[in-house]
Amino acid sequence: MAKEQLMPYEQAIERFEVVIGLEVHVELNTASKMFCGCANNFGSEPNTNVCPTCLGLPGSLPAVNRKAIESSIAIGLALDCQIAESGRFSRKNYFYPDLAKNFQTSQYDEPIAYEGKISVELETGERFEVPIERAHMEEDAGKLTHVGGATGRIQGAEYSLVDYNRAGVPLVEIVTKPIYGAEDKAPELAATYVRVIRDIVKAMDVSDAKMERGNVRCDANVSLREKGAEKLGTRTETKNVNSLRSVENAVRYEIQRQAHILAAGGSIIQETRHWHEDRGHTSAGRPKSDADDYRYFPEPDLVPVQPSLEWIEEIRKTLPENPALRRKRLQEAWGFADLEFRDVFNSDLLDEVEQTVAAGASPQSARKWWTGELARLANAQGVSITELAITPGQVAEIQKLIDAGELTDRIARDVVAGVLAGEGEPSQVIESRGLRVVTDEGALIAAIDKALASQPDVLEKIRDGKLQAAGAVIGAVMQEMRGQADAARVRELILERAK
Amino acid sequence: MTDITSSTAAELATLIQTKKASSVEITTAFLDRMESLNAKTNSYLHIDRSNALEQAQRADQQLAAGKASSPLHGVPIAVKDNLTTTDAPTTSGSKILEGWIPPYDATVVTKLRQAAMPILGKTNLDEFAMGSSTEFSAYGPSKNPWDLDRIPGGSGGGSSSAVSGHLAPIAIGSDTGGSIRYPAAVTGSVGAKPTYGAVSRYGLIALASSLDQIGPVANTVLDAALLQDVISGHDPHDSTSLPNSLGSMVTAVQAADIKGLKVGVVKQLSSDGFQLGVKACFDDTVAKLVKAGAEVVEVDCPSFEYAVAAYYLILPAEASSNLAKFDSVRFGLRSMPEGNPTIERVMAATREKGFGPEVKRRIILGTYALSSGYYDAYYGSAQKVRTLIQQDLAAAFEKVDVLITPTAPTTAFKIGEKVDDPLAMYLNDIATIPANLAGIPGMSVPNGIASEDGLPSGVQILAPAMQDDQMYRAASIIESLYHAEWGAPLISRVPNLEVL
Ligand SMILES: [Zn+2]
Repeated sequence: MAKEQLMPYEQAIERFEVVIGLEVHVELNTASKMFCGCANNFGSEPNTNVCPTCLGLPGSLPAVNRKAIESSIAIGLALDCQIAESGRFSRKNYFYPDLAKNFQTSQYDEPIAYEGKISVELETGERFEVPIERAHMEEDAGKLTHVGGATGRIQGAEYSLVDYNRAGVPLVEIVTKPIYGAEDKAPELAATYVRVIRDIVKAMDVSDAKMERGNVRCDANVSLREKGAEKLGTRTETKNVNSLRSVENAVRYEIQRQAHILAAGGSIIQETRHWHEDRGHTSAGRPKSDADDYRYFPEPDLVPVQPSLEWIEEIRKTLPENPALRRKRLQEAWGFADLEFRDVFNSDLLDEVEQTVAAGASPQSARKWWTGELARLANAQGVSITELAITPGQVAEIQKLIDAGELTDRIARDVVAGVLAGEGEPSQVIESRGLRVVTDEGALIAAIDKALASQPDVLEKIRDGKLQAAGAVIGAVMQEMRGQADAARVRELILERAK
Repeated sequence: MTDITSSTAAELATLIQTKKASSVEITTAFLDRMESLNAKTNSYLHIDRSNALEQAQRADQQLAAGKASSPLHGVPIAVKDNLTTTDAPTTSGSKILEGWIPPYDATVVTKLRQAAMPILGKTNLDEFAMGSSTEFSAYGPSKNPWDLDRIPGGSGGGSSSAVSGHLAPIAIGSDTGGSIRYPAAVTGSVGAKPTYGAVSRYGLIALASSLDQIGPVANTVLDAALLQDVISGHDPHDSTSLPNSLGSMVTAVQAADIKGLKVGVVKQLSSDGFQLGVKACFDDTVAKLVKAGAEVVEVDCPSFEYAVAAYYLILPAEASSNLAKFDSVRFGLRSMPEGNPTIERVMAATREKGFGPEVKRRIILGTYALSSGYYDAYYGSAQKVRTLIQQDLAAAFEKVDVLITPTAPTTAFKIGEKVDDPLAMYLNDIATIPANLAGIPGMSVPNGIASEDGLPSGVQILAPAMQDDQMYRAASIIESLYHAEWGAPLISRVPNLEVL
């Protein structure tokens, strides 16, 4: 597919004002589906978590999952939203084989939560308040697998298989108001906003919040207008941006693409676009037109959700600490400089550092482990750092051995490697690999004497004040001890010998 | 066996409880009659003799073990074919569902099984309950036992012809705009639409979700009350089902006392547009009530004028969405188009072939009424009419306990007479529709024979929402005034089908 022409990013930002809007779908982790008792379970055999209701069989009826409402209200509260006194469901009517009833049950004109805001802090420390328009409940569709075509898409497929396990899984869609004024930061703000939402729903444990599984999905709306213009430009909606990096890249791409078109005197088509992470561009999907008539009307099979004030307050009490306040608290408690703290936060390592500190390590040592050696190892293995097979408790244990002088930094790295290789707890690795600092001074002195014997002039040099001459001997001793000696102690002993 | 098949459900229940007849004997009597007469009436779409007898046998065994499951224990029943049954095909009168056996029982069917009531078979209806005559059934019309050339009403004409023709002692119907009450009126039987939400709709193939309600079709008011008590109650599967019980309708019937009963005659439904004989029967009902001591006043419900128009926007709108699931993907008919079978073309070919003309007409109407730009003018306005009708009724019920109207504007018409005139067909429900729009209970009770054609007429009783007991009370009073005159239910005068 031919790539569209793009305007250089800085030039685009110079000339146009960027307006973005974000729709984030959060898949709730309730035990059962939105409108039936089927298990909400990822990865089951196809069409095993189904019943008459989520298969849309004649005569079946929906019944709202109270837990899903509770989670939706909790999300609304966490986003500082008003909670509706009455929120009804509507039917969004369109024919598609993954949609069992050929309509989606969704909140349309009466969302459960509305008029909220959330504070988003960029890497630079710059803060934006993102206005939330609404958060509403809806059901997910089934999953189509197109078989027989080259691309795995519906075009050219011989046939398609439908798995209704996901049909009826509860979703909360969070919609922002138009976000102005981000300028060149718009792509970063978009991605950071999605991350903030993901962190909140994860902290609240209302979603598994795994973007790679589609638990959190984002549609990004982008429009441009000439600086100073009153009227909003035509927007596109980019779908399928399902990683934080994709969100940032897709928004950036759309800004550049639209800027090129507008600068050339063209106009933007209001349409859905698809993001292709592998190829780094968006492609046109369906144009939005008057033909998109979903014939919304209130769902007559459900009574409106009317949460009582008592219930809302009960849910409010269960909310975890606001992530922004938590960051503030942790930074103070750890005494980190802004840069140090941002390094931890931006690497998504708050939980890990907090748990490592809780297990007895000092905040600075915990930070160094996670943002240093462990980040490097994760990167080398091509996994996310939280997927490394080491726990904060194990990291703290290793650090405590260093502090006690039983391990050197270098030996400690070997212990970590052993833990990651599945050789057991740090103590077991130390045992089986024989990784302990040699504290037997007799053995050290023997090794020092051996090294001095082969370099007889060293002691003289030291006595003459050339202390750096000890380095060659330390190297030889460490080699003899296979690295398991405390170099500082070896140095002390050499200097003593020279007296 | 004539005695058995012409008995009321209450009488049969007594025979069973006193061990004078077994459920198997009674069920056999009805099955025999069904087998000989269903070809004439086309009341049933599906009959499974051995399955019905097995259920009867189980009912007998339970009773022998000392376990009576319900006051109707062992009494067989007919079920309208738009309720799902795991042991019988469920077609809703449509080709698109021909042969479909649901994997689950409707809640009402479960309740019938728990009540040890053997299911005799599934009864005919207009396709997806869209119609007033059963002429829109994909499986041919049912016939009115009073005159086999006439319609038995609709959409529940299968159940009304089964009950009035004594092919079932009692039956289940569903009523969206009059589909229980209108057929009851034109066949001389009793039919009740409970308050919206009194009976679970789970397993009822939806026509218009906000209007549909399941109810009894019976020989007598007591029979209807017995059945309503069996099938009503909250169901967690149906969010719109009422949380609390409405009490016992049987008790309301047994305690019925005319003393202090205030009856309203709806001005808008008592003058123009009614067949003379029907009007005469209605005037007679009013006279009987006054004579017996009821207070009868005229009440004004001006918004009733818009009821039919509003109904024919709300119903098609909801139906167009409810029927979208019939797409060939998961169940039912699949019709392959000529040429490239894309999903859209397969869906279109299936719906083209599987749906009949009235269903297509209403899907198109409803799709249009919900379209962007038309929603407010059509669906929105219709919902406002609904509120106005509720307000009219609330004002009327401030003054009276129940309202009465003729159930239908005419007696049963001839098969084919109105089939090409949808508007004339739609007007059959003019008196019954307001109850569905308002969610209140309504019931039809026989009130005589129209002198010009010798066909039965019915009077409709309406009560405030959740006061079904008031409706049964008034129905019982009216019925007893007539039984005192006739000496037996009107249904006993149905011609002998065996010689027709
Ligand atoms: Zn299900």
